[in-house]
Amino acid sequence: MSTTTSHALPSGAQPAPRSSVLVATSAVAAAGTMLMFGMLAMWFKFRDASPLRESASGKMIHDWLPSDIKIPEVITNTMAFTMVIACVMAQWAVYSTRRNDSSHATMALAITSVVGIAAINAQVAVYLQMDMGLTDGAYQTMFYTITGTMLALLVTGVVFSIVGMFRAVAGRLGDSSVMSAHALYWYFLTAVFVALWFVVYVQK
Amino acid sequence: MNTVNSTATAGHASTSSALGTVANWITTTDHKKIGRLFVGASALWMLVIVGVGAALGIERIASDSAVFNLNSITQLFAMLRTGATFGVLLPLALGFGIAVVPTQVGSKSLSFARLAMFGFYAWLIASGLVIGSIIANGGPGGGNPQMVDLYLMGVGVGVVGAIAASVSLVATVLTSRRTGLSLLEIPMFSWSVFVSAISLVLTLPVLLGSLIYVAVDHHYARLAFGGNKGIDMWLGWGFSQPQTFLYVIPAIGLLAELAPISARIRQPLRGAMLVGVGIVSTAMFGTVTQTSHVFVWSGSLIDKLKSAIPYAWFNLLPILGVVIVILLSLLAIQKGKKRLIAPLVPTFLGVGMILVGMAGNALQMIDSAKLSGSVFEEAAVTYIAYGAMLCAWGAIAYFGPALWGRKIPDISVIGIGVLGLFATVLAAFPYYLAKDQVAGEVSDFDYSGPQAVFNAAVSLGHVLMLFCLLSAIAVSIKSLSSGETVSATVWSDQ
Repeated sequence: MSTTTSHALPSGAQPAPRSSVLVATSAVAAAGTMLMFGMLAMWFKFRDASPLRESASGKMIHDWLPSDIKIPEVITNTMAFTMVIACVMAQWAVYSTRRNDSSHATMALAITSVVGIAAINAQVAVYLQMDMGLTDGAYQTMFYTITGTMLALLVTGVVFSIVGMFRAVAGRLGDSSVMSAHALYWYFLTAVFVALWFVVYVQK
Repeated sequence: MNTVNSTATAGHASTSSALGTVANWITTTDHKKIGRLFVGASALWMLVIVGVGAALGIERIASDSAVFNLNSITQLFAMLRTGATFGVLLPLALGFGIAVVPTQVGSKSLSFARLAMFGFYAWLIASGLVIGSIIANGGPGGGNPQMVDLYLMGVGVGVVGAIAASVSLVATVLTSRRTGLSLLEIPMFSWSVFVSAISLVLTLPVLLGSLIYVAVDHHYARLAFGGNKGIDMWLGWGFSQPQTFLYVIPAIGLLAELAPISARIRQPLRGAMLVGVGIVSTAMFGTVTQTSHVFVWSGSLIDKLKSAIPYAWFNLLPILGVVIVILLSLLAIQKGKKRLIAPLVPTFLGVGMILVGMAGNALQMIDSAKLSGSVFEEAAVTYIAYGAMLCAWGAIAYFGPALWGRKIPDISVIGIGVLGLFATVLAAFPYYLAKDQVAGEVSDFDYSGPQAVFNAAVSLGHVLMLFCLLSAIAVSIKSLSSGETVSATVWSDQ
């Protein structure tokens, strides 16, 4: 028996780890990007089809955003900045996880969650300040639909952060690919939000 | 007393066993079972669409025919279109992929099996919602607003389910291959499922986005998207060509896998075969534009090019992919041993039918042919849907022994396959000739000429396909219970 053991070939090298969670999150992020970009394409289509009118500065513009509606730009700009902060925090969580630093990882994920909730709060504030009805016109319907979809994606991001935080609190930091997937998801959320912010809130 | 007790105990054990089996199936994470659930449930949709197709053909035979209330005709056409794509093509592609791909790439299980199971349940619930809403006067053009909302919700839930199952497949192929098996070395069927799943992950969310807009607008406002009449205009691309090409990529991959196995040869020019299957997915770029790309040969040279390039890219390139796969399959058969395995017959015939449907779609997209809006486009969908069903029969015959350990008799596989070919041609080809008939109508067209004969032939074709379908189900059940058992090395030909 001992002879057999001594002559046995050493076991092969471990296969390279393949991060299922990271790959699946990438696929979900790709799907989410297509979802939001498809919705933005519809937005462009409707905006370009709207009739032309003269703006206050004398330029001819598409009569898409009703003239009595004012977009609260301070809040929307703050939202865009907030999303970037969430990405930094999510990346900090990855950095801490790789160093097996549970307390910093937990703090980073908690801040990511809070920042995400702040973004959701800001979106609700935008709705309240704009004070328009969903059935008031085509613009209003599409505005609530596209921003509402973004809001739903944000909620999933916050849930992901909270779940990750509980994992970190419990010390389950062995698989850093979950934190990488979490960071990737926040990069995706930020990228699509910036696109939406530019088209809906800046270009109007 | 003892006898009574033992009988009661036996009965109880039998009930527990049955309940256990049911519980095992509905909570399973076994990829073979999840795949079979998808394929089995899609068979119910097949029965629905074949039955509706036959009934609509009968309704069209004479102008005074009144099988159905005329108000329900729009709903029936919606049922046919939704059923053929979301009820049949999509679950077949996902089901066979989920059942077979992990085994082929050397994985013990599917990545995120519960996500795939969620996908199945979402699709199943969506199927119930869609059928129920259409029956209750919902669907595109439906008169009951609540039921139209329900239809939109049903399709949305189904799309989410399909995306979930596709994500699971993509993750399986990318992360669960056995060590040393590169992506380009995986079997052709797995490659085709991978290409199809990625295409679905990228295109179905676009459909979901449009669906959210249309559903919100329909429920609350009806200002921007035309209410119930606008559903087809905004969402129709998700149920027609070239989106359907993405659902049938696994059928084309199955032919690519079976041909060299039948000829007992390594696939010559395997790289070209991989490219051929991949090219079919170029249809994806056409669908995300959410519009049909019609070829109009008028105006300046720039105008002609602007029309010709997207038309060729989105409608002709996928055909080139299928042609490459067929030619390379024939090359393998010609170079290898001249022998035939039974599953190759329905698969080859099915891919042939899919190619005819794709070619019909390309012809229909030429503006000067004036085929758009006629029954010609219904025929293209029929060719593709029934062609995929023939391929599914080939897949059941080929993969079945590995899934349930018993073999389907060759004579049944070939017989049903050949009969299915006749049924498909009969159900579709007359409408390639009857271009004067308007699509989606049963009486508002000129009945002079052989229209009645065309419609009768189409009905007969659908009835024949119904017979094939029932025969295939019966043969599958019989083989599952009492067919010839096969050894553990059922794929020894590979």
